[in-house]
Amino acid sequence: MSEPLLTVDGLQAWYGRAHILDGIALTVGRGEVVALMGRNGAGKTTTLKAIMGLVERRAATLRFDGRDLSALPAHRVARLGVGYVPEDRRIFADLTVEENLEVGRQPPRPGAPAWTPEKLFALFPNLAEMRGRRGTRMSGGEQQMLTLARTLMGNPSLLLLDEPSEGLAPLIVRQMAEAVRRLKAEGLSVLLSEQSLSFASAVADRACVIETGRPRWTGTMAELMADDGVRAAYLAV
Amino acid sequence: MGAKVSTETTRPMSFLLVQALSGLATAATLFLVSSGLTIVFGVTRIVNFAHGSFYMVGAYAGWSLIERFGGSPAGFWGSVAAAALAMGALGAAMEIGLLRRLYRSPELFQLLGTFGVVLVVQDLTAWTWGPEDLLGRRAPGLKGSIDILDQPFPLYDLVLIGLGPLVLGLLWLLFNRTRWGTLVRAATQDREMTSALGVDPARLFTGVLFLGCALAGLGGALQVPREAVTLQMDMAIVVEAFVVVVVGGMGSLTGAFLASLLIGQLQAFGILVFPQITLVLVFLFMAVVLVLRPHGLLGRADEVPPTAPATVTVPLSAGRHAGTWALALLAILAAAPLVAGDYALILLTEVVILALFAASLHLLIGLGGLVSFGHAAWFGLGAYGSALLVKHLGAPMPLALAGAPVLAGLGALVAGWFCVRRSGLYFAMLTLAFAQIAWSITFQWYAVTGGDNGILGVWPPAWAAGKATYYWLTLALCGGTLWLLRRAAFAPFGYALRAGRDSGLRAESVGIDTRRFQWMAFVLAGTAAGLAGGLYAFAKGSVFPTLLAVPQSVDALVMVLMGGIQTVAGPLAGAVVFHLLESEVMSLTDWWRLVLGLIIVALVLVFPRGIVGFLSGIGRRA
Amino acid sequence: MSELVVRDLQRSFGGVQAVGGVSFTLRSGDLLALIGPNGAGKSTCFNLLNGQLKPDSGSVRLDGTELVGLPPRRIWALGVGRTFQITATFASMTVAENVQMVLLSRARRLFGLWRPAAAQFREPALALLERVGMATQADRPCGVLAYGDVKRVELAMALASAPTVLLMDEPTAGMAPAERLALMALTAELVRERGLAVLFTEHDMDVVFGHATRVLVLDRGRLIAEGSPDQVRADPRVQSVYLGGEA
Repeated sequence: MSEPLLTVDGLQAWYGRAHILDGIALTVGRGEVVALMGRNGAGKTTTLKAIMGLVERRAATLRFDGRDLSALPAHRVARLGVGYVPEDRRIFADLTVEENLEVGRQPPRPGAPAWTPEKLFALFPNLAEMRGRRGTRMSGGEQQMLTLARTLMGNPSLLLLDEPSEGLAPLIVRQMAEAVRRLKAEGLSVLLSEQSLSFASAVADRACVIETGRPRWTGTMAELMADDGVRAAYLAV
Repeated sequence: MGAKVSTETTRPMSFLLVQALSGLATAATLFLVSSGLTIVFGVTRIVNFAHGSFYMVGAYAGWSLIERFGGSPAGFWGSVAAAALAMGALGAAMEIGLLRRLYRSPELFQLLGTFGVVLVVQDLTAWTWGPEDLLGRRAPGLKGSIDILDQPFPLYDLVLIGLGPLVLGLLWLLFNRTRWGTLVRAATQDREMTSALGVDPARLFTGVLFLGCALAGLGGALQVPREAVTLQMDMAIVVEAFVVVVVGGMGSLTGAFLASLLIGQLQAFGILVFPQITLVLVFLFMAVVLVLRPHGLLGRADEVPPTAPATVTVPLSAGRHAGTWALALLAILAAAPLVAGDYALILLTEVVILALFAASLHLLIGLGGLVSFGHAAWFGLGAYGSALLVKHLGAPMPLALAGAPVLAGLGALVAGWFCVRRSGLYFAMLTLAFAQIAWSITFQWYAVTGGDNGILGVWPPAWAAGKATYYWLTLALCGGTLWLLRRAAFAPFGYALRAGRDSGLRAESVGIDTRRFQWMAFVLAGTAAGLAGGLYAFAKGSVFPTLLAVPQSVDALVMVLMGGIQTVAGPLAGAVVFHLLESEVMSLTDWWRLVLGLIIVALVLVFPRGIVGFLSGIGRRA
Repeated sequence: MSELVVRDLQRSFGGVQAVGGVSFTLRSGDLLALIGPNGAGKSTCFNLLNGQLKPDSGSVRLDGTELVGLPPRRIWALGVGRTFQITATFASMTVAENVQMVLLSRARRLFGLWRPAAAQFREPALALLERVGMATQADRPCGVLAYGDVKRVELAMALASAPTVLLMDEPTAGMAPAERLALMALTAELVRERGLAVLFTEHDMDVVFGHATRVLVLDRGRLIAEGSPDQVRADPRVQSVYLGGEA
């Protein structure tokens, strides 16, 4: 068996003095979609940020595609082919759709799908109609699509998707799920954090459940759907 | 309007037009310089005090190149471009060597660190080009003037007027039509997200500094045919550029353009109406704009510069047995005249006065987190208050000394009302503006203040004329005031001030009216600094506008920083060390600015906790 | 008996409605939990209640007094205390001094320039710290405390103003599970003891269902359920918000 694309073990992270992550462990195989699940405040967002190098972190193992990420700053991680899509979208509101895409552009990379604005406009037809529009004048769903498209412009082989369905209308959520499935079909690996079980079950192969910054359960999505105990303990109300 | 227009109306008309045009020429230069400042601020969030230094060195380098190659139009314009590019390279070097280490520092450190560069550059420039003012040659092909409604107007200025919009256009193209510009705009909005998309922020920032400083250098080199190149150009332009950037909205290019136009016209016509106080007008304009439009003309709320991160997590320490130590120190100081000679007593008198000056600033910074960049205003106002009472009203010394804190306190009462409305960098800029207003009044109101010549002959009366007597008087007044300040610091007032600094949110939610405490602290600090100023006037026998100038404010900041912010004793130690350095070390060399500048940079980079903080750190580890 | 009556509270940010028509009533003895997914509008709701944000419309009345439009410090003076999601204490002061500041503020003695603050109200401050179990750490700087301890200091600070209504924004975030339950048990005790009215937000469902007397569920700015913990737990809409996303 070959090495997984991403291996995380013993991941610690802090916000100032608050110790948020305490020993997160997970793997993402090539071409796999893994859902990082847990309640609000469990540490999902921080896990993705820590992999990316956006918060103070330390890890026993943090390897991506055969390389050690644990000492790299965010821009170096991104250039190795890790794409990060933040939960709060953070599009550049003063920039047009096309300019937002331009910021994300990186040279194509072997072993990862290569994207152009045209290909992305085909994937997200809504965006094509507003390529000259500034981010301030977009709806939440459109912004979410743009954030994803912008990250894809970097031709990543792994996508870190933070709460892709959050705060979106049901129709947009379905489009989002469709987009993730298409990306998987293109050969992309995805690690997504998610609270919504229905969204995760629609796109993910495996799930990793965390609580208060610690790993609690991992298994296939089907196993999670079948395990009422785990869902009740870590996910349900 | 027919052909028969009477001369009575045409003359003022054409005169006003030419005045407006020269305002536009001023505006063009202002815009070149402030556009660089605002671009650098937009991306790095650092207010670069050294920006004016690149303007000045750009002018000097331009002068040298133009003297050598500027005989032909190609040589002239080539020289201007080369000077600009050289400044860009220097700016990039400064980013790599200094700014890069300051991005996460509190703004006090950023402002001081870049001011250290100002001092270093001043001396290096004087060393390279000499202290004399330099007159450059006129631009070939543009030496004449053309008549506008029968009034001559220099051709070269017309070119400058055209250059302003041209540069704005080019910058617009650069930022909107190139990948680099797009990345810079993205980083301006969200640095972290930009780096998460694979953009190396460090390289981007170096490039931005290159561009910003090249623009400053361009502005400087373009001045060579218009005015003398002097060593005073740097501070003059950077303070004006601050005003432009703050008025226009920090980080906004179009805002800077608009503000340059307004301020250019304000200066051109202000000089007709109030020739005495043109500088005051500009700063008043800025204060009014900031109160009416807190983020400047085109600035946006979300571009508020972040306030200093809460670096302070240790309690303000009184030190163990502080009272005993203070009494022992006082006893030693009081006994000093028994052994010390006149020179040592003069030095000690100054040290004691400066200790009060530094401690008053510490009240604002150390307790309130309010970084004042114009604290010298109150020191100088106190000094001038005493001097004016003596000079114009023949007041006896006790009355004149009492007048000093009163005048300074009243000034701080008015300025403080404006300043505490804003926090962080805007607060620093507003205090700087008020200090410049006070400075320009003393500098320009010749009839009352004697302008540059100052006021001489402010000596103590016979009973206090002895060095020892005056020293004791100073020690009693300063010691007493220091004791009062210290009581206030540990009383609920000082705690409320710290509460507002530690967490404004929490303070407001437990009933603390933060702004009122800050205002009170501002007045208290101004009053104490005023007393120090009054004592200083009588100690020196004279006052000069330099007492209110930016370097004096920076001296106070350096004293506070040297001592360490988180101790009450810090500013005292800082005052002692700083004054000894100044009078015993720096006076030995002509290059004191260089030495002081390097000390400041070292302090900011290596000893951010100051002497007392550093020593107590060692003590704790041992 | 105090009563905080919230009616039709609305607030939008740049056209996006963060809180849309929230109404509820909070009475002495209530330990009311406000729950909902991230971005549901919980923190905005809190900021509207304590005056940090102004609502676009709606009213908040404390025993008949309109609070909308008052600055936070006036609302505090009327008896509405609050703790913050991200801890906000005076980091440069000791634990005891933090509480003393609130007591000084309540006694309107903040403008004192002479008597040392550390000597004033120390005993009552220590008594409050005793109540939250922080008396042994009274003289440590607040800036070096463990996260959970800071939360307890915040509670003591909130109690120091003798509020009738207490708003707690994620009082147990960042605490270990055992600590969380202990803190909420303490809060529940205080509610009984002092007749407090407490509104709190919380992610930890064990805390919510273990201690709340009533639960409000917020989703996309609107209240979708209100009732006893058991009623809310059984509500299918609540289940779908937490697990489904697609109602």
